[in-house]
Amino acid sequence: MKINITQIIIFCFIIFSLLIFWQGLKKDNNYDTKNLTGTRISNFQLSEINDDDKYISEEDLKKNSYTLINFFASWCAPCRSEHKYLINLSSKKNKIQIIGINFKDKKNNANNFLKELGNPYNFVGKDTNGKISILFGIYGIPESILVNNNLTVIKKIVGPLDQIQYNEILNIIR
Amino acid sequence: MKIKTIIFIIYIFLSTPGYSNENQPELLEIYKNLRCLVCQGQSVADSNSDFAITIKLVVEDQVKEGKTNKEIYSFLISKYGEWIVYQPVFNKNNFLLWVLPYAVLFVGGIFIFLIIRKTKHNKTN
Repeated sequence: MKINITQIIIFCFIIFSLLIFWQGLKKDNNYDTKNLTGTRISNFQLSEINDDDKYISEEDLKKNSYTLINFFASWCAPCRSEHKYLINLSSKKNKIQIIGINFKDKKNNANNFLKELGNPYNFVGKDTNGKISILFGIYGIPESILVNNNLTVIKKIVGPLDQIQYNEILNIIR
Repeated sequence: MKIKTIIFIIYIFLSTPGYSNENQPELLEIYKNLRCLVCQGQSVADSNSDFAITIKLVVEDQVKEGKTNKEIYSFLISKYGEWIVYQPVFNKNNFLLWVLPYAVLFVGGIFIFLIIRKTKHNKTN
């Protein structure tokens, strides 16, 4: 039987298209940034929520082995559910410091939120217009970033902290 | 009455959110190439989501600081990954994406040329 080269090319093209289609179906289309670890965080200056004269910068993160940067807001319901894990983590203050960044929120509401649920943070900063969040690659809250004293991102948690992620953080800082 | 209607239309047009910023072509060009990560298939230019509004503020600041488009894209890619830009940067992971259309065009051109030549050859014989 004579094999026609045109038929071979068409056959290969169909197989190639089906493979691409099959790979596309298997791929998870929900993009998130939790795999973007290993990058260094940018220089920043973060004002304290109740006192503009107090601020921290990336230099302050070098003082502790690990820092968890948590973006939260009083209007964010999942932030309430993750708060208990942050409170638990705050008992390990010799191993990790927790920086809270209050995202697009009202000062009074944020203070009431922390009064009601407890304040696990070593420092509470404010990000009134959201620009600070872009420096940390945040696109929705709650989000948390674990960095070491080299300012390298070790872990990104997109969405609220849960028991599994809490245990993972404990394993890292142990 | 007509004047009132015209004034009303102009007022509505000018008070559309983002009109003043997006009227700047250089900003609009950047916004159009940025994907809104929290929207379904929308660019930052098309979206009025919280995320898109914040990205627009940051891009505007960086343009005012004199940063080039490439620098702005690099900054955002470092924070959000390559997914944030619609036009991916050429690298070893996606070189096929860039090269394949030209390769297909080239091979297809040769293929068509050979078929036409063969057809002509057969006709003359």
